[in-house]
Amino acid sequence: MILARAVQASRRYGDVLALDRVDLDVRAGELVGLLGPNGAGKSTLMNLLVGLRRPTSGRVELFDGDPRDPASRRQVGVTPQETGLPGTLRVGEVVDFVAAHYPDPVPRGELLDRFGLSDQVRRQTGGLSGGQRRRLAVALAFVGRPRLVLLDEPTTGLDVEARHTLWDAVRAFHADGGTVLLSSHYLEEVEALAHRVVVIGQGRVLADDTVDAVRAVVGVRRVSLVADDLPELPGVVRTERVDGRVHLLTTDADQLVRELVTAGVAFTDLEVRPTSLEEAFLAITAEEQPGGGTPAARQGDGPPDAGSRPSGPGDRPTTAAAGGRPATA
Amino acid sequence: MHLALVHTRYQLLEIVRIPVAIFGSAFFPAAAMLFFVVPFAGKDPVGATYATASMVTFSVMSANIFQYGIGVAEDRDQPWNPYTRTLPAGSAPRFAGRVLAGLVITYVSLIPVVVISATLTAARITPAAFLLAAVTVAVVSVPFTLMGLAIGYSLPSKAAIVVAQLVFFPLAFGGGLLSAPDEAPGFIEAVAPYLPTRGAVELMWAAVGDYPVRPLSLAMLGVWVVVMAGLAGWAYRRDEGRRFS
Repeated sequence: MILARAVQASRRYGDVLALDRVDLDVRAGELVGLLGPNGAGKSTLMNLLVGLRRPTSGRVELFDGDPRDPASRRQVGVTPQETGLPGTLRVGEVVDFVAAHYPDPVPRGELLDRFGLSDQVRRQTGGLSGGQRRRLAVALAFVGRPRLVLLDEPTTGLDVEARHTLWDAVRAFHADGGTVLLSSHYLEEVEALAHRVVVIGQGRVLADDTVDAVRAVVGVRRVSLVADDLPELPGVVRTERVDGRVHLLTTDADQLVRELVTAGVAFTDLEVRPTSLEEAFLAITAEEQPGGGTPAARQGDGPPDAGSRPSGPGDRPTTAAAGGRPATA
Repeated sequence: MHLALVHTRYQLLEIVRIPVAIFGSAFFPAAAMLFFVVPFAGKDPVGATYATASMVTFSVMSANIFQYGIGVAEDRDQPWNPYTRTLPAGSAPRFAGRVLAGLVITYVSLIPVVVISATLTAARITPAAFLLAAVTVAVVSVPFTLMGLAIGYSLPSKAAIVVAQLVFFPLAFGGGLLSAPDEAPGFIEAVAPYLPTRGAVELMWAAVGDYPVRPLSLAMLGVWVVVMAGLAGWAYRRDEGRRFS
């Protein structure tokens, strides 16, 4: 059963296209990570799915209904990305207020205990630490015994210990059969929790795959050097020439350097750097750079169709990121 | 209905936790009572009763313009507000809760004026007239509630504070709230019937005394209600469109 679904959903803010024909299905029992850099469109997609915003085109569904219809949201819990709790209300009051909207809420004590907030029940939320406020905001998503929770960057601003407490709560919910859609810009968080990862960049779904497959793509490294001519090199995902330097994005930097040396390439000024998540995905999917003109560089393409791509174990992860096109390098 | 009361309760809790917000809307009419009504009209039972009704109208107006104008604008700045829209309730309970809480605060802010009037002036009122006046308060709060909502939904909070302050004094003065009935300076008598404060205060005067309400003031009050409802509705939809569509 599909609990949340976006079908060719686009959302435009004035001139900015925040979401570009996104397809997403979240099935019952899944724990899906929504991964992408800031500004990629994660929050916009979340907001469409919980009915805060309407798609400019395409459609979104929640429990087979319109998310803007309150009845569709009865089995959904949401954590807002920004922690904006009413500062003068006490922790217990905020929980009671949210609980009043659901037919069978989790008892207050039990919920606060689960999120390590029992001692704070009488405190006004304005007096909580940033981490405590964040934990409370996440706890609110679980008040109504939801079947699906949408957590928008739930652990932003938390220290390691608090993050692990939250992760445990999310895992426990999932183990009980709950469905989770969680956005993050930390690969570590998605790796720790999710089984399936949807990578979003520049408003598009760049990849929809297992954690392992996506991790391999994100593990891309940038080998840059100054050289006139390069032979065909294996394992190069993308080649760019910028200001006389050649940048090679590769999944195996060690092997690439060995190849460069054994091929006798006259190179200078070698650098090997990890790429950020953003860099890895955007570089692989970006349109061809002027002067790029290499076998690995691709023309700008249509909407990625990663969702429908068969994701067998032998598949090269880079194809996932490139929207199903074969890597030619 | 249950949810509307829940929202009312938490709105009131939020307001009560910062009580100075209530003092704010109660202060000016109470101060005006002490400085103008008590020394000048305090000994005349009829004059003091009308003056008290004027100050009550003043209080209703300022309480509503401020709490809705500034309160709504500030709520719109808070991420908590969109979060509540993800709960399985429509916008109606929250809106109803806001209006109910607003009415409670309006009545609370009237207490100082009424207490000053009862203890320091010769104003007198029959129990029936008092009840009628209490009901009239709810009626005349409608145009100012709508005005506050129009301000709150169309402006960011910093601008809303300024506009609320700019609007309320000319309305009070121009509507003749600071003068005895029909004894205001000539230019005020000329503009007063076209201001919502005039129709409101005439209804209050009629509730506490035997003041004949003028059709023009009442008709203009109706026009204000329609215009303000249209403006508030437009601002609300525009806000939804900008932030929530």
